Amino acid sequence: MTNKYLYLRRFSQFIILFLYFGANVWGWNILMGNLSSSKLFETIPLADPFALLQILATGTLVSIDLIIGALIIVLFYAIFGGRAFCSWVCPVNLVTDLANWSRRKLNITGDRKLFLSRNLRFYLIGLTLIVSAISGLTAFEYISPISIFTREIIFGIGMGWGVVLSIFLFDLFVVKNGWCGHICPLGAFYSLIGKFSIFKVKYDLNKCTNCMQCKVVCPEKDVLNMVGKNSSFVSDKECTLCGRCIDVCNDKALEFHINNIINYGEKK
Amino acid sequence: MKELNRREFLLNSAKAIGLATMGGLVWSGYLNEAKASPFILRPPAAVPENIFLSKCIKCGICVEACPFDSLKLAKTGDGLPIGTPYFIPREIPCYMCEDIPCVPPCPTGALDLNLVSNKETNKLDINKAQMGIAIVDNKSCVAYWGIQCDVCYRACPILDQAIKLVYQRNERTGKHAFLLPEVDSDICTGCGLCEKACITKTPAIRVLPRDSVLGSVDSSYIKGWDQNDEVRLKDVKVQKELDGGIGDKSAGDYLKNMEFSDDE
Amino acid sequence: MSISRRDFLKSAAAASVASTVGISLPAKLQAESQNAEANWKWDKAVCRFCGTGCGIMVATKDDSIVAVKGDPAAPVNRGLNCIKGYFNAKIMYGADRLKTPLLRVDENGNFKKDGNFKPVSWQRAFDEMEKHFKSAYNELGPTGVGIFSSGQHTIHEGYAMLKLAKAGWRTNNIDPNARHCMASAVAGFMQTFGIDEPSGCYDDIELTDTIVTWGANMAEMHPILWSRVTDRKLTNPDRVKVINLSTYTNRTSDLADIEIIFRPSTDLAIWNYIAREIVYNSPQSIDWDFVNKNIVFTTGFADIGYGMREEVNHAKYKPSELDTAKKQKEKELTDFELVSLKYLGYDQKNKIMEMKNSGKAGAHWIIGFEDFKKGLQPYDLDYTARVSKGDPNEDLESYKKKLKAMADLYIEKNRKVVSFWTMGFNQHTRGTWVNEQSYMVHFLLGKQAKPGEGAFSLTGQPSACGTAREVGTFSHRLPADMVVANPKHREHTEHIWEIPATTLNPKDGSHIVQIMRDLEDSKIKWAWVQVCNPWQDTANANHWIKTAREMNNFIITSDGYPGISAKVSDLILPSAMIYEKWGAYGNAERRTQHWKQQVTPVGDAMPDLWQYLEFAKRFKLSEVWGEKKLADGTILPSVLEEAKKMGYKPEDSLFDVLFANKEAKSFKAEDPIMGWNPNTEVNGDKRNVIGSDGQPWKGYGFFVHKYLWEDYRKFGLGHGHDLADFDTYHKVRGLKWPVVDGKETQWRFNAKYDPYARKANNGDFAFYGDAMKKLATGDLTKPTNPEEVSIKNKAKIFFRPFMEAPELPTADYPFWLATGRVLEHWHSGTMTMRVPELYRAVPEALCYMHPQDAEKLGVKRREFVWVESRRGKVKARVELNGRNRPPVGLVYVPWFDERVYINKVTLDATCPISKQTDYKKCAVKISKA
Repeated sequence: MTNKYLYLRRFSQFIILFLYFGANVWGWNILMGNLSSSKLFETIPLADPFALLQILATGTLVSIDLIIGALIIVLFYAIFGGRAFCSWVCPVNLVTDLANWSRRKLNITGDRKLFLSRNLRFYLIGLTLIVSAISGLTAFEYISPISIFTREIIFGIGMGWGVVLSIFLFDLFVVKNGWCGHICPLGAFYSLIGKFSIFKVKYDLNKCTNCMQCKVVCPEKDVLNMVGKNSSFVSDKECTLCGRCIDVCNDKALEFHINNIINYGEKK
Repeated sequence: MKELNRREFLLNSAKAIGLATMGGLVWSGYLNEAKASPFILRPPAAVPENIFLSKCIKCGICVEACPFDSLKLAKTGDGLPIGTPYFIPREIPCYMCEDIPCVPPCPTGALDLNLVSNKETNKLDINKAQMGIAIVDNKSCVAYWGIQCDVCYRACPILDQAIKLVYQRNERTGKHAFLLPEVDSDICTGCGLCEKACITKTPAIRVLPRDSVLGSVDSSYIKGWDQNDEVRLKDVKVQKELDGGIGDKSAGDYLKNMEFSDDE
Repeated sequence: MSISRRDFLKSAAAASVASTVGISLPAKLQAESQNAEANWKWDKAVCRFCGTGCGIMVATKDDSIVAVKGDPAAPVNRGLNCIKGYFNAKIMYGADRLKTPLLRVDENGNFKKDGNFKPVSWQRAFDEMEKHFKSAYNELGPTGVGIFSSGQHTIHEGYAMLKLAKAGWRTNNIDPNARHCMASAVAGFMQTFGIDEPSGCYDDIELTDTIVTWGANMAEMHPILWSRVTDRKLTNPDRVKVINLSTYTNRTSDLADIEIIFRPSTDLAIWNYIAREIVYNSPQSIDWDFVNKNIVFTTGFADIGYGMREEVNHAKYKPSELDTAKKQKEKELTDFELVSLKYLGYDQKNKIMEMKNSGKAGAHWIIGFEDFKKGLQPYDLDYTARVSKGDPNEDLESYKKKLKAMADLYIEKNRKVVSFWTMGFNQHTRGTWVNEQSYMVHFLLGKQAKPGEGAFSLTGQPSACGTAREVGTFSHRLPADMVVANPKHREHTEHIWEIPATTLNPKDGSHIVQIMRDLEDSKIKWAWVQVCNPWQDTANANHWIKTAREMNNFIITSDGYPGISAKVSDLILPSAMIYEKWGAYGNAERRTQHWKQQVTPVGDAMPDLWQYLEFAKRFKLSEVWGEKKLADGTILPSVLEEAKKMGYKPEDSLFDVLFANKEAKSFKAEDPIMGWNPNTEVNGDKRNVIGSDGQPWKGYGFFVHKYLWEDYRKFGLGHGHDLADFDTYHKVRGLKWPVVDGKETQWRFNAKYDPYARKANNGDFAFYGDAMKKLATGDLTKPTNPEEVSIKNKAKIFFRPFMEAPELPTADYPFWLATGRVLEHWHSGTMTMRVPELYRAVPEALCYMHPQDAEKLGVKRREFVWVESRRGKVKARVELNGRNRPPVGLVYVPWFDERVYINKVTLDATCPISKQTDYKKCAVKISKA
């Protein structure tokens, strides 16, 4: 077992935060702004497409820059990244991963105290847009722990740690993978746009020894329902490409692969 | 069985809709509270507050662009619309940079370059900014006591225009004059240098959002002596009814009522 | 809490007072205010932040000051102060007050020049001071030591130090920072009137029709007087005119009817233009009756240098300084100067002026009116306008109109005119000249020494008049306008001080800039900084920092707070601040005001007066009154024999002889004037500070302040400087001297108001000052008849030509630099920068610049620039549309902020007569930082 992808992900998450932080504190101009909207090298705009949708829902016009920025992000995840935002960029992932890990270490299992539908996230996308339209405010942006957490790391700490802590406790004691897997509409949004991306994990039944380690570590273990059954791409939209399954697989039965879009249907 | 499913489906749907409505209401209510913060000062060239709140994507690029660290992003717990940029003049005012670095990078147009551009010269003009308006509390302003201060006047970056000195004789001493600061709301940008500089414990001159402070006069009152004031009549609509007075719906309504003023 | 009927009535009275001054107190507060103040003691005092001399009331409770307010009974300010005034007490309570002596030591506690400061006892501090003093004094003689005195010295302190230096140590190397501030005004007064200080008073403001400010930004520098000017303008806006002359637009222009922005140094030409208008175009306006009776026409040399080092290739000059330095010897005249100095024989072929008379800068002689008239010839409107227009963007014709309009206002019959000036005039390489020129115009018109009419020099510091000038803490002066060079004055002084004849040193000492240069030349090796900050306020500071830190000398700074001077010192003594001691100041209108100590000093801080007296104990007569050799070879004879005859013993200390003599001890500590107030020097105080002898300090036991006052007062009595007795000043809100028969004098030299002028029996006026009242006669170029004529009771009209500043902007250094103050801060900022309110109001010194210049340099508002001269550079933020708005080609940087150490940049050229530095003119280049 290597932790290659774990380290790579952490590196990715931290370097992004660090670049943002440097832009604010030391005036670097590599990556300015935050996950809501950024400028790469002072020229390339990047924007959170979900935030853009909320703004549009409030009925206000936005600049072409923002639309281009959002398009760049949409295209990137739609073509390549899938739902990788959740595990390679989003800082809340650090918290929920920690909660997951603690849950395993402390042996807090099953025993659901609350039943939440995994589809709730998708309904919340709709609700976000409706509330935005009604209130005239970008509804999720006002409560999003992701924005709050990143902003307060970059621009100074307020009471945001409370929000983060509550997510941790919620994931630890109430619902396993509760925030990312059940509530976060942003993750759901990326699930939707990244559904057909070409970067996927590929499972090879021939190498598999059915140790099931991958299912233990997977935060969205439903996506691995082919394990032990048939070789295939992990094509479920919930896969965050975190690579934990690859890291823990001693049999090299799981690897990243580029999916051929053309014969997508066949492989499935 | 089918019927049961149907019933279940209906019930579940109703439950879902109910929950969503409830959640939506709570959420909207929270948001309404979150934006109810009338005394926040925005960066220069911010569009009107209600539009600003929907446009601002909370990215903080304006904050990063500010060379004086005047701008901050509202944090959780600040009691301000979360993640939006603002400044507190008493801490760090807006120094009114000529090149207004905070405005052009705004990705959403929440800060609108047109609001600080001179249309004729096509150049940036920070003096057009309307971040707020300085208000003097003449009970705590020591200049109104006769003390020689005028610190705000000298601190003003649009000196002798945004704040002017009004001279008045000090009858008590018989030989000194009051030099009283007076803000011209047409010129004051609300940068807050005056508030920062004010020597009283709580500043006697403070910057507030223009909407919270300034009045407006409708077309009923026109300066008869000032031709220019007729500009305000340009879009005037003929008013058919008077609202808010004591008049009844019709003369008949009035005449029907035979009660006269109470005398007990 | 119930309030008795009586309490209620008292509260009601307070409320009615509050409402008359425009303050409305909440009812509850009104009721409680009376209770809160129950244990307070209110006492009168004076503000220490400028020369206006505003009265202050100080409240103490439990030995600390709890409140400060303007003194409603003070005639100057009637209860109002500017924003600084209210912090006179608060400034005593900063966290970094100096509370114990600090000495630079090595790890073993021995003095080491480059050691770090460590706390030492007062005894150790005095031991070290004494050791280094005696080493310098024995090596170099009386000229080997120097004292930086101050216009913020109390009168007692200044007088005691003067006495110790001049009578005790026989050194004249004591000079105040007032040299930087008022010396040109002094020289102007002495040369013109024969006696120092203004003839008029502040009441002129209310009585005049025209207020002309020349290089005086009164709106910021004299705010309370400015509010009186404003009030005067309001009373009759059409009649009362205000004119502001300056080299840049400042806040004083706000009220002005006419603003004249002139090129630096051309005020000399403008005055001559006004005089020319009078003499050539409006001769009927000359008050011949007044002029014939009271005036003689005079002039002096023009080739007098610029007060820089005579040795123009001095080894310590940097190569970049040399081209300016050599102008002390000779300079090429500019085209403008070739016109104004044509009468001296200069022309295009002969345009090098050799500074042959730099040693006789102050010499002057009588000339005829026709000569005077001839001298004014070049200054017609056209020439003057071209020479003096300071704003390149201004149209010449409209500028001419303003000059003409101003001249017309001066000349207008029955129009009263007051000309005010401060540092713009005084800090000027021809500062004495331009002072004299103002009297020239006022005299010609007969508009001087009359209510509402006159040229009036405003003072910068709270006691530049009271201490530096009246006490005479200058290197050439003695009290009451006497000078060390005059044998009669020395004799009179020796008599009053009861010291042997010929004790006093007849040679002028080093003025304050010269003390710095002497330190650099190792001619002075011991210097004591008192109530001032010379390392921040002396021009060309890089030299002096190096001198202090790298050369073999010993520098002591007595101060309340650490500033640059303390930082470069070897020993720091913690001083009591203003209300921690008894004191007196004299303001610009000759008003002397006393205050009492209000509280015990903080820490181990001790009053400056105590420091001088304790140090005086360290000297036996035999050490200082023997034969002494001065640097120039002059021998001061031994006066020990004479001293013995007077009953002094060689082993008596200077303290015994000068300060604790029989007369001194006759002023008992038990005195009704002492009141409840503490007096650390007289009675000691509750702290029992371990003093200079290692014993707890218990006080001198006699009323030393009263003694010093009464001793000092003897100088003025009967000499036109009469001061009232000590007790009187503690009962009144100051008196304007001369105080004769208990009455103050508002307008001097005017027989209607001045008893001395009446006594002279010289008609309506008598300019009775007796300095420089015997003159030779000559023409415009030189004295021709050396026979001296007495001009008793007369004043002088000087002809003085226009000359440029020594360092003009060039291609390499294209900007003028002027420095100055801001309202919010006092001088070097050691006090006001520590007041949060004032610091917040103005946290840093800015470089004020014209927007066109900024555009050319590519700098924006609030960006940093380097301001660099041949001598040094500083970094400052640019301001383009702030309180000061220079014309194109000039920048203004205030000097209060030690982080923007602008005196590294300024030029240490002085007026050769007054030796006052010109802080308003040097050439700099600006670059984006």
